[in-house]
Amino acid sequence: MLAFTLRRAIQAIGVMIAVGIISFSMFRFAGDPVNQMVSMDTSGAERAAIRKSLGLDDPVIVQFGHYVANAAQFKFGVSYQFRLPVSQLLLERMPATLELAICASIFAMVCGILMGVYSALRRDTWLAHAFQAISLIGVSLPTFLIGILLIYLFSVTLGWLPSFGRGEVVRIGWWTTGLLTLSGLKALIMPSITLGLFQMTLIMRLVRAEMLEVMRTDYIRFARARGLTTRAIHFGHALRNTLVPVITVAGLQFGSVIAFAIITETVFQWPGMGLLFVQAVQNVDIPIMAAYLMMVSLIFVTINLAVDILYTIVDPRLRSTVSRAH
Amino acid sequence: MTEPVLSVRNLQVEFASRRGTLRAIDGVSFDIAKGEVLGVVGESGAGKSVTGLSVIGLIDPPGRIAGGEIRLSGLRIDNLPPEEMRRIRGKRIGMIFQDPLTSLNPLYRIGDQIVETIRTHLNLSEQAARRRAIELLAEVGIPAPEKRIDGYPHEFSGGMRQRVVIALAICAEPELIIADEPTTALDVSVQAQIISLIKRLGRDHGTAVMLVTHDMGVIAETSDRVAVMYAGRVAEIGPVQDVVKNPLHPYAKGLMGAIPTLAGDDKRLVQIPGSMPRLSAIPRGCSFNPRCAFAFDRCRVERPEPLPRGAQSVACHLYDSVPTESAA
Repeated sequence: MLAFTLRRAIQAIGVMIAVGIISFSMFRFAGDPVNQMVSMDTSGAERAAIRKSLGLDDPVIVQFGHYVANAAQFKFGVSYQFRLPVSQLLLERMPATLELAICASIFAMVCGILMGVYSALRRDTWLAHAFQAISLIGVSLPTFLIGILLIYLFSVTLGWLPSFGRGEVVRIGWWTTGLLTLSGLKALIMPSITLGLFQMTLIMRLVRAEMLEVMRTDYIRFARARGLTTRAIHFGHALRNTLVPVITVAGLQFGSVIAFAIITETVFQWPGMGLLFVQAVQNVDIPIMAAYLMMVSLIFVTINLAVDILYTIVDPRLRSTVSRAH
Repeated sequence: MTEPVLSVRNLQVEFASRRGTLRAIDGVSFDIAKGEVLGVVGESGAGKSVTGLSVIGLIDPPGRIAGGEIRLSGLRIDNLPPEEMRRIRGKRIGMIFQDPLTSLNPLYRIGDQIVETIRTHLNLSEQAARRRAIELLAEVGIPAPEKRIDGYPHEFSGGMRQRVVIALAICAEPELIIADEPTTALDVSVQAQIISLIKRLGRDHGTAVMLVTHDMGVIAETSDRVAVMYAGRVAEIGPVQDVVKNPLHPYAKGLMGAIPTLAGDDKRLVQIPGSMPRLSAIPRGCSFNPRCAFAFDRCRVERPEPLPRGAQSVACHLYDSVPTESAA
């Protein structure tokens, strides 16, 4: 188990170094950074001095080494447009994005699993058919359109929910949260639904298909022959077996929830990392883009690692094969 | 005469299909007394398993019990509401399935599965149920049960898993055990152990056992009585020695003739020509008549009903109102 975790961790570090190379090369291919920093009338000697002080004369491999060493300490340089450290900018925006992504994922998991279980167990009811229809809409409508439709319905027409922003936030240390104020919670509803709808339909369809599959297995038949209650069979035996693949998908999807947040944050003007990234792209603010790339990859890699470990906790068979195989 | 533990009368099971209703079980009747092992034998599709499943009330739609009666110690159980039938399953009727590798939920420790079943049926505390689970595992012959109880199914071999399945089936001291091909998926050496285990448990607890199999060797070794099924009907039923040594029904004769012996004679095994009819094309009259060497006109129009003959009972026109000698 330990060897397995260690192996996966080493693989994860390998992936991060590869991502580091890509984000590092963005600086080199997107023009001379010195030109971005100085004005038109800076002399050649001054430019050379800046170049030297920034270490841009060093061999590429040394520069990359510096870059990785700094990145490992969450130093990503200074933003061209804000003149502030990128890590500070990201840190300020991160709570907003994480709160949104977590709310969206919880919404997706809870609704997805409930709807999936219901439509598997009560396959022929009208509600199950309705869920199937909703899920079709969820997978086929693009995120931004759902966001705009929600804004039109609940903000413009009914006026119940705010159409943009995070509402009032409370500061706890460096973390800002919208979960403690009414306006913050209200502001969270529509972006969470918009962001989570796709995952929800995905999870619902997966749970439904898996559950139907599991209900046909021998051990469910044997559980019925043992006279267990329907409740114990459905929720104790069938659901737990269903959740093994669901955890994987939901976990891996959490990474894309954060990545997809770019669109939702743009639609709702949500002050998170995604919005920061979109602004950075518009202003060719390379340090922010590079740092965002590293951040998102780090989240993906961490989640992958966590899912692998979680998987072995839920499914005892993996635990022993894993420890035997490595 | 005491009341039989299981009494099945004129059972009919139908499956609704796109091409009309198929009758998988057509008028099956038999009894099993306390402590008795009834072997049910026949080819694949003869209706052995469906009979077992209908007794325990687990026929899945589109199948349904269309007629007849099933009584458990006098209580009629074929028409009970689902919740009451659930309480009987596992408590008064235990069932063992064919494949021990897939019968246990892979995600739960075997102890948890046993404790869960015990606590569903008996009013015991967690600790008491666990103690009982360990006793059960010891009884079915699992070594070091107090350690193995915390193992997961994949940590057990096939034979050991079937023992766990048996422990699960007997954990509430049922009156009846239905064993549906309990040894088919196992090694021959393990088969013998499992069979003697089932036999011993039946004897020790006075449990009635319905043993479904297509292995005549298993039947001969284990059963007190045997029912030979063909195309959803009982062709012949009687004490195991009589049916094996002196089968009456031409189909039963064919089956017994197809058992290899170790006696060393080089006789070719007898083969019954043809194959069992599909449910959608069961012939008129006796369903065995197209394959029967003794068939005559009456067999092609009139269906034979089971008639007692000594300790046996046989559904064949050869034995109907004709002097004894003309048979065989």
